Amino acid sequence: MQTNKAFRKQLKELFRSQNLATLSTQDQGQPYASLVAFYAANDLKCLYFVTPKTTRKFANLVANKKVALLVNSSQNQAADFHQAISVTAVGEADEVLGAEKQSIIGHYLAKHPHLEEFTRAPTCALVRVSIESYYMVKNFQNVTELHLEP
Amino acid sequence: MNWILPSEAVKPEDRPRVGGKGYALSLLARGGFNTPKTICVTSNAYHEFLNQTGLRERILLELHRKEFKEMRWEEIWDCATRIRNLFLTKPLPKSLAQELRQSIDHFFSDQTVAVRSSAPDEDDAGSSFAGLHESFINLNGVDSILKHIRLVWASLWSDAALLYRQEIGLDAEKSSMAVVVQETIPGERSGVAFTRNPNNEDQAIIESIHGLNQGLVDGEIEPDRWIIDRARNKIIEHTQPERTYWFIPSNNGVQLSALPKDKMHQPPLSSQEVGTVFTTARKAEEYFKTPQDVEWTYVKNNLILLQSRPITTLRSDKSGDQRGWYLSLHRSFDNLKDLRQKIENELIPGMIAAAEGLNQVDLTGLSDQALALEIRERWAINLHWVNVYWAEFIPYAHGVRLFGQVYNDAVQPEDPYEFIDLLTSTEMASLERNNMLMELAAIIRNDADLAKILRKEDEPDGHHEFLALVDEFIERFGDLSCAVTGGKNCVLGTGPLYNLLLELADHPAPAENRSKQDRFKRLHQNFVSKFEGEEISKAEEMLELARNSYQLRDDDNIYLGRIEAQLLAAIQEARQRLAKGPMEALRQVLEEVDFKPETQKSIPTVALSGDQLQARQLTGQPSGPGIAKGVARVIRSHSDLAEFKSKEVLVCDAVDPNMTFVVPLASAVVERRGGMLIHGAIIAREYGLPCITGVPDAVTLIKTGDEITVDGYLGIVTLGETIPLDG
Repeated sequence: MQTNKAFRKQLKELFRSQNLATLSTQDQGQPYASLVAFYAANDLKCLYFVTPKTTRKFANLVANKKVALLVNSSQNQAADFHQAISVTAVGEADEVLGAEKQSIIGHYLAKHPHLEEFTRAPTCALVRVSIESYYMVKNFQNVTELHLEP
Repeated sequence: MNWILPSEAVKPEDRPRVGGKGYALSLLARGGFNTPKTICVTSNAYHEFLNQTGLRERILLELHRKEFKEMRWEEIWDCATRIRNLFLTKPLPKSLAQELRQSIDHFFSDQTVAVRSSAPDEDDAGSSFAGLHESFINLNGVDSILKHIRLVWASLWSDAALLYRQEIGLDAEKSSMAVVVQETIPGERSGVAFTRNPNNEDQAIIESIHGLNQGLVDGEIEPDRWIIDRARNKIIEHTQPERTYWFIPSNNGVQLSALPKDKMHQPPLSSQEVGTVFTTARKAEEYFKTPQDVEWTYVKNNLILLQSRPITTLRSDKSGDQRGWYLSLHRSFDNLKDLRQKIENELIPGMIAAAEGLNQVDLTGLSDQALALEIRERWAINLHWVNVYWAEFIPYAHGVRLFGQVYNDAVQPEDPYEFIDLLTSTEMASLERNNMLMELAAIIRNDADLAKILRKEDEPDGHHEFLALVDEFIERFGDLSCAVTGGKNCVLGTGPLYNLLLELADHPAPAENRSKQDRFKRLHQNFVSKFEGEEISKAEEMLELARNSYQLRDDDNIYLGRIEAQLLAAIQEARQRLAKGPMEALRQVLEEVDFKPETQKSIPTVALSGDQLQARQLTGQPSGPGIAKGVARVIRSHSDLAEFKSKEVLVCDAVDPNMTFVVPLASAVVERRGGMLIHGAIIAREYGLPCITGVPDAVTLIKTGDEITVDGYLGIVTLGETIPLDG
């Protein structure tokens, strides 16, 4: 198994190479999945995404802040089964507001410049997911967990 | 499409899909050389088979279970075996099967044929795949031909081919395989010609044997050898071997037979014929514009070329090319039979005699000087037998693999390890030892007084029957404290034995599965029914050899353990004397043999700051079906075995045969070392326990006391909570 350092390096590489994550929220016990464009904080403690406030996912996470995100490197090829890395991040979501929002949006747009207008709309929320644990799957079925210090 | 190309239709641009052999044959035919009628099954057909059956993905999954570089040869062999079985059991896609059938029927109708590998990789400069990919000759009937085409495809993924590709930096996943199908040429005299001697460019070499070329190519028959002066077309030297065997066509294959007497004293070629072979090979060299390695055969005095390829510089001397070694891991049946004779008649009795001889010496009666000498001698004797073990016993274990391949080819079972069930009803010394342990445990179970004494760690002085049996046990198997790894894992005394017996007394092992014999009979009948005529006795003979090889791979360790126990006894005596006072001679000898009890390996820390990194699922090879949950007992040194409790999961680096006595207590086995035929897997299978082998870092990531779930169907170890198991 890799070291903590190697694990983090792999997470960063994956997050850099991937633009989209699958977000999982829930509504009264019913899970719901959506695709979001994400950005990861350098210390890996938070993942961020933006969403219109009118969406089902936003309503869900306001009602229940416990969420999960899945990021993976599959390419819809046979080789995915042994080559792809998949990471599930679980944590709690909240909306970022004020000056902090402006600073983070700068980083966010550096990764997703084409979302500038979308992000700047007043009806669009910046959501932070504070990560408790990462679960990484490699070589089809090898699973390693990283539990972050609260 | 373009799945099949007749030799004469091959164009230069077809070279990547007909492979080097197929292409060279088409050129030879075009150049007016005498060649057999040939068709090429292109690599497109290979790809079609892989794509339509989903095999491409399956192979990748199989090979990427873990890093290739981390795999031991045994694990690679296992991978190759599973892949080979997939090639045999997946049906050919309909359209491909139809076209192959029609073409084979059209070109060869009732003729027998040879099916040969022609991998496009083989052309690559400097790489020689000779012998790594399979070829089959004298095949009869479309079904048999189709089956052997698959086997040639599968040989792209053989252990030796995988290792060799990795070594020379070729990506096996990008490789492909074309196949050449050609009419059988019933060669009466055959051989090879090197138009230029790799060691002397003014010379050529011709080698020849009676019968088919198979024996020469496989290196099983020593050929006559001529060295020729290239410029003058003159024989410089003729080396004659002892001519004893030849390969002749037999029912759907070839067979090695004794050479008829009249041919024993007669070189396969006359001097004039040597000249003809050389001139023809020279023509091929001129035609291809580079020195050639030509395979040829004579039928009724007609010289026919079977193939021609550029001479690859043999890199084996220069760059550590290991091809020869990979190939040497596969022993022929005849070679194994000889090895068996030697092992049974010479080596095993030698080991037993060595241990018994040492047992005669009264160590307490020796002076310090004499004891020091005795330790040196025992050390040397032990080392000698450890070397014999590597040189003779390990290769003999290939008997099991050879049979596995024969079984899988004949039966084509879903489970490529079904054949092991035909081997396991033999009495292994370690099972005998375990049975004796059960007997001792039963005495304790029925004698409350004895159990009480042992629990208090007192000596059971009055219990004569028990003590007599314990003595007999220790005499036969040692006191369980020693492993075969050079005497470094030993703890002393009967304490561990009594602990284990108490645990066994509290938890009687389940009775052996009664249906095993029925299953053996059924599998045996089915296996034998796949053969006809003379082949039946050969198949039975192979099974017998495999059973012997299987039994021995456990027994040899036990015999070796006895010799090691004798070394240990002498060391123990020296230590006891040293404890009483300084004795230079003894101190020195103990230092010399460097005998130290094993120190605990430290566990690498994986936690950094307050974050916690931990393994959740570890994967390995599923080596014993079943699922079990239990508390892990990680064996880091031999003394940990004494702590083993019933229903724990045995987690270790490698189960050695001297450790198997705790297996009946275990609920599952997890092992770092990989392979389906290693001791841990074999013993777990004997007791019907879930088993996973080849789990990297198993002993560092799992800790004694961890709750783990062992899924022996999928090869997954899960740490921490999982759903409750049924039943």
